[in-house]
Amino acid sequence: MSDPLLSVRDLKVSFPSEAGRVDAVRGVSFDLHPGKTLGIVGESGSGKSVTSLAVMGLLSESARVEGSVRLGGRELLGLSDKDMSGIRGKDVAMVFQDPLSSLTPVFPIGRQIVEAIRIHQDVSPKAAADRAIDLLRLVGIPRPETRLKAFPHEFSGGMRQRVMIAMAMANDPKLIIADEPTTALDVTIQAQILEVLKTAQAETGAAVIMITHDLGVVAGSADDVLVMYAGRAVETAPVNEAFYAPRMPYTIGLLEAIPRVDTPRGRPLVPIAGNPPLLIDLPPGCPYVARCPIAIDACREKEPDLLPVASDLGARVVAEVGEVPGQDSDLDHRAACIRAHEIADRRIGGQPVYPVPEVPENRLAAVPREERPTVLEARNLRKEFPLVRGAVLKRKVGTVHAVDGVSFDIRQGETLAIVGESGSGKTTTLLEIMNLSAPEGGDLIVGGVSTASLSKAREQRALRRDLQMVFQDPASAIDPRLTVFDIIAEPMQAIGTPKDEVDARVSELMELVGLDPAQIDRFPAAFSGGQRQRIGIARALSTNPKVVVLDEPVSALDVSIQAGVINLLDELKAKLGLSYLFVAHDLSVVRHLADRVAVMYLGAFVEHGDVDTVFDDPRHPYTQALISAIPLPDPIKERTRERVVLRGDLPSPTDQATGCRFVSRCPLHLTLDSSQQQKCREVVPELTRGSDQADHLHACHFR
Amino acid sequence: MTEVRDPHVVGGIDDPAAVLVDAAPRRRLSKRRLYLRRFLRNRPAVAGAVIFVLLVLFALLGNVIGSYDYLATDFVNIATGPTADHWFGTNQAGNDLYAQTVHGLQRSLAIALIVSVLSTIISALVGASAAYFGGLYERGWLLVIHFLMVVPTFLLLALLSNSSGGDWRVIALILTLTSWFYAARTIWTMSLSLRERDFVTAARFMGVPGIKIVVRHIIPGLSSLLILQFTLGVVGTVMAETGLSFLGFGVKAPDVSLGSLISEGADQVSSSPWLFYFPAATLTLLTVSMALIADGLRDAIDPNSASGGTA
Repeated sequence: MSDPLLSVRDLKVSFPSEAGRVDAVRGVSFDLHPGKTLGIVGESGSGKSVTSLAVMGLLSESARVEGSVRLGGRELLGLSDKDMSGIRGKDVAMVFQDPLSSLTPVFPIGRQIVEAIRIHQDVSPKAAADRAIDLLRLVGIPRPETRLKAFPHEFSGGMRQRVMIAMAMANDPKLIIADEPTTALDVTIQAQILEVLKTAQAETGAAVIMITHDLGVVAGSADDVLVMYAGRAVETAPVNEAFYAPRMPYTIGLLEAIPRVDTPRGRPLVPIAGNPPLLIDLPPGCPYVARCPIAIDACREKEPDLLPVASDLGARVVAEVGEVPGQDSDLDHRAACIRAHEIADRRIGGQPVYPVPEVPENRLAAVPREERPTVLEARNLRKEFPLVRGAVLKRKVGTVHAVDGVSFDIRQGETLAIVGESGSGKTTTLLEIMNLSAPEGGDLIVGGVSTASLSKAREQRALRRDLQMVFQDPASAIDPRLTVFDIIAEPMQAIGTPKDEVDARVSELMELVGLDPAQIDRFPAAFSGGQRQRIGIARALSTNPKVVVLDEPVSALDVSIQAGVINLLDELKAKLGLSYLFVAHDLSVVRHLADRVAVMYLGAFVEHGDVDTVFDDPRHPYTQALISAIPLPDPIKERTRERVVLRGDLPSPTDQATGCRFVSRCPLHLTLDSSQQQKCREVVPELTRGSDQADHLHACHFR
Repeated sequence: MTEVRDPHVVGGIDDPAAVLVDAAPRRRLSKRRLYLRRFLRNRPAVAGAVIFVLLVLFALLGNVIGSYDYLATDFVNIATGPTADHWFGTNQAGNDLYAQTVHGLQRSLAIALIVSVLSTIISALVGASAAYFGGLYERGWLLVIHFLMVVPTFLLLALLSNSSGGDWRVIALILTLTSWFYAARTIWTMSLSLRERDFVTAARFMGVPGIKIVVRHIIPGLSSLLILQFTLGVVGTVMAETGLSFLGFGVKAPDVSLGSLISEGADQVSSSPWLFYFPAATLTLLTVSMALIADGLRDAIDPNSASGGTA
């Protein structure tokens, strides 16, 4: 095999901090050949981004970097910033997570691409501009000649990320580092961007380092996988072996912890206990030992080395997925676990490495849906925002139909999930419900009381007892300056619960959500992200609500933590007979947690029904596209299945012509004959019951 | 497209260390201890704090070791320089300058602290509540604030305090009324972003009354800003009061403040220089120490400052 393009040996990075030296990366080694893709997977703080920044020479001056990073035989560590500048952008290019903050807002994007080209190449401005147009066309930006003069804010998030990729390609780099390139994007856009990255790689022949927490993205794009934990590689393997025959318990845990969109609900997820260790003065032994279900005494003595393990998919896997063709790979299968040789097929000694937790029986499941009381009902919910123009004399130039006639009901003990891309109006729907505002048309009924009938603040407050909310980001949803007690007690104090009752209830709630009641006087800063979300859940449950509104409750959490919170929500629902209204963009979580699902597009439902029915047999082309856009953590399925890739972005929900909202992006529309197309453009499809299913509504003329 | 907030990425390029520490909860320092530690690392700030404490002790206990009252006149020693008896010398009327400096410092400190406390409270309440409630309430307060900002308040101050006869309490009140609105404007801007935080929305959805949200969730979120405002407010007030007294509009005889002492001393700086230099030195120490403290606090509270140590 040829020489590797990038060769990293024993890379170590440490930072100063108030608490002591943080060893962010503690000896990472890998090789990468031209044209190959390496996926680096890990949770927050595992050191994956720091590794890539060290390769780019972009770490702050206070960081101490040791080891060796050789690009095409040239040592990069220790180069001056000036020398590195000659390499950055030319030989090594980077695509960052947030395309909004990576582009300068004050210059048109054309000028920024031209600048990127002319820094490294001695070409005329004209030639550079022509090259920029070619690049933009290559990454799929329509009308590149005119878009060259547009500013970053005139592009959508997906389009900006395309521009970033065009800039990264500008000088035909040998290595492209993509740091969570699609994390800030919607799934449909994510699918587009991953395609563009593949185009970029094919066009430039570059090697790619794909840094992500999403195992689905890795399964679809990487040749090799490097799993990082506590600043070290704990398992490296070719992609198929990493997914089908993982040997390190942490890798196995990550794979078991993610909900999958292709499995029916009912199977509980396997959470990984505990939190990643603090990277300051690590004790001897395996850093994963505190969370590992198969730890033995020897694990605590010495940190295991990353040693080669037998490269073998195992008989069961071969039977299931067939013999995987051998690929020439940069990394051989290695695992840092002293019991790796005992593990095969995610089992050890015949038992699963991670025992599957029990699901509590939901006693309400036995009662048919129609016989359960309705706890929340929305009838024809609408929310419009005026679109105004002019600085002094504001005049209304249009209307944004953020929510346009949404109806649903939630029965006791049931979870309704609303899914859709950003801008689909799902969060506005939530806020309208939480505001308890008398609707602009239609009606909102909470526990049998219509919000239109509320006149006094006191009545509204009484209604809030039945309706509580859990927010997306636990770091911002709980006040960092209050103690856990004050946080959990706040809703009870707001509705005037007697003081001694509050005291008893707070401890009870902490136990209910799996927190130690002894920590009642701590501040949120003393808790990890998953624990903070548990505090948020305890707060929402404190008033014994009938409905809990969940706004992306796990999307801000790491995979291993996410599973625990999802299981907790499942358990609470069964124990307390709660109903959830759940808003999410992650369809795998929805499939796992919801009983019913509504797919929202531009302010209206396009499909609505039982979750398994909708996921197994999606009718609306939009639902089909959404489901097919989700990456599966299964390399063979992910690479062989057919995708419906949507073109373009979500249009803005302003005044629209008649007809189907989805017509501009609809893949089905293109296949229809002209009279049918006309119907799509002119007649608004109603949400109707399909001919065969009873509990499955969709809004498409031709399905 | 900012819907998916993601913590899975370690930091930006600026400060990955901060995020790493954040990811690990167990050995975390409490915020207060962290601030204290960072403050103590800043030598000038510690020096400032020491000087300030000494000045306060001097103002409170200076009388105990001095042998004269600030109003007592010594006709034997008129306009004499520092002696073993009169440590700072005496003025034309035979008043002991040491006693007068102690008393003046007391006055100036009292005015400065009262004004700073009051204007910090008023500005916090007005700024934060205007931002939280919005609507007409907000527009009303902003109108008042912007109006006060264009009025030449120092002239107004001079006229009012002159007609009040130089009572230090009236001067404190007037200084408060003319100093709260700059701070309120800043606090209003800062509160606008706090208002959008999820925990404020959460409290609203729980049915917590608005004023309680302001006091419990918004104002504590501004505490670092308020501490700074307070510290710098002390410096500003001492300067304003001194300025007023220097022009003859401030504290009037027989009462004295640092400002009136300096004003008096400046007239005779060539014949009896001690009358100017002792009060002026005290004033300089006071303002410099407060400025050093404010600087140290700002560095300690600012997460981007370079007081994080080295690897």
